[in-house]
Amino acid sequence: MLSVRLYFLQRITALLMVPLVLGHLAVIVYAVQGGLSAAEILGRTRESALWFMFYGIFVVAVSVHAAIGVRAVVHEWVGLKGAALEVVMWITGLGLFALGARAVWAVTFA
Amino acid sequence: MTSKSLKVTIERGAAAKSAQHVFHVPAHESQTVLDVVSWIQQYADPTLSYRFACRVGMCGSCAMMVNGVPRWTCRTHVSKVLEGNAITIGPLRNLPTIKDLVVDMDPFFEKWIAAEGMHHGGLTREDPIAPVDEKSAARLEANAGIECINCSVCYAACDTVAGNPEYLGPAALQRAWTLLNDAKDEGRNAILDAVSGKGGCQNCHSMGSCTAYCPYELDPMSAIAGLKRETTKSFFNRVRGC
Repeated sequence: MLSVRLYFLQRITALLMVPLVLGHLAVIVYAVQGGLSAAEILGRTRESALWFMFYGIFVVAVSVHAAIGVRAVVHEWVGLKGAALEVVMWITGLGLFALGARAVWAVTFA
Repeated sequence: MTSKSLKVTIERGAAAKSAQHVFHVPAHESQTVLDVVSWIQQYADPTLSYRFACRVGMCGSCAMMVNGVPRWTCRTHVSKVLEGNAITIGPLRNLPTIKDLVVDMDPFFEKWIAAEGMHHGGLTREDPIAPVDEKSAARLEANAGIECINCSVCYAACDTVAGNPEYLGPAALQRAWTLLNDAKDEGRNAILDAVSGKGGCQNCHSMGSCTAYCPYELDPMSAIAGLKRETTKSFFNRVRGC
């Protein structure tokens, strides 16, 4: 049921996420030293092209990776197939992207 | 054996759970699950259908679910699987049941063909016999999987097959992997196309039930991982060639 293209997309996004997850965890550990505040986070991310790219790529990778994974789970456990299965995948992917992109936009430009 | 009688539950037919028949079978030393099924058919219920041939783990026809686990019944000692004094025997999972303990193996073998699990020869009888390097890495990979006797235990054990009926399954894919590594097989592109279709190797979640339950202790999961690597290489080579 999983086409080779979707399989590769899921693997490539997994590879992308490995350094991003590690980087994200490292930032969490660094950021909580001496207390955590919204001002400190925004001071780091606001108008920063680097953090915009970091979390922007992260959001795209998560959206693609999770949507394909949910597609496989829904097919194997719920038995959904055909157009309905594709709709579930796209809604999951676009939904995650919308939520993530909104947050990245907010911490960078708002 | 602590008791003289075994409580044997046979799950008969497609609606196995709703058609459970209980038999009390005399216990013996060195008794196999196949011995138990044969005793029931010969002494308790002659209408019981089941399948077997060689009785020594060579033909692969007597596989059934024993206490929910796929096994060769001929090579499974009752003493190893007894739960208290009871044992439950049912038809193989993931295949349509014909009657009682007999399943239709057609889907299993159709997928074997769909995965190009056949020899793709390139020589004629006039050509000299091509030498095979027994120590080459490819030959060792092929040798690791060629003892498969198509018993379908791995296919019954596979949760991906259970959830995704299009998936070719571990046995067919392992066969494809042995042929891909066979120096005398010339069907490389056909095999790679076959194992990367909709039901192809990329559907495997590497849960490993095939490798855990194979009675021959073969390793279909690693064979499928090999196919994933080769289809990936082939995909990017083709993209580069465009």
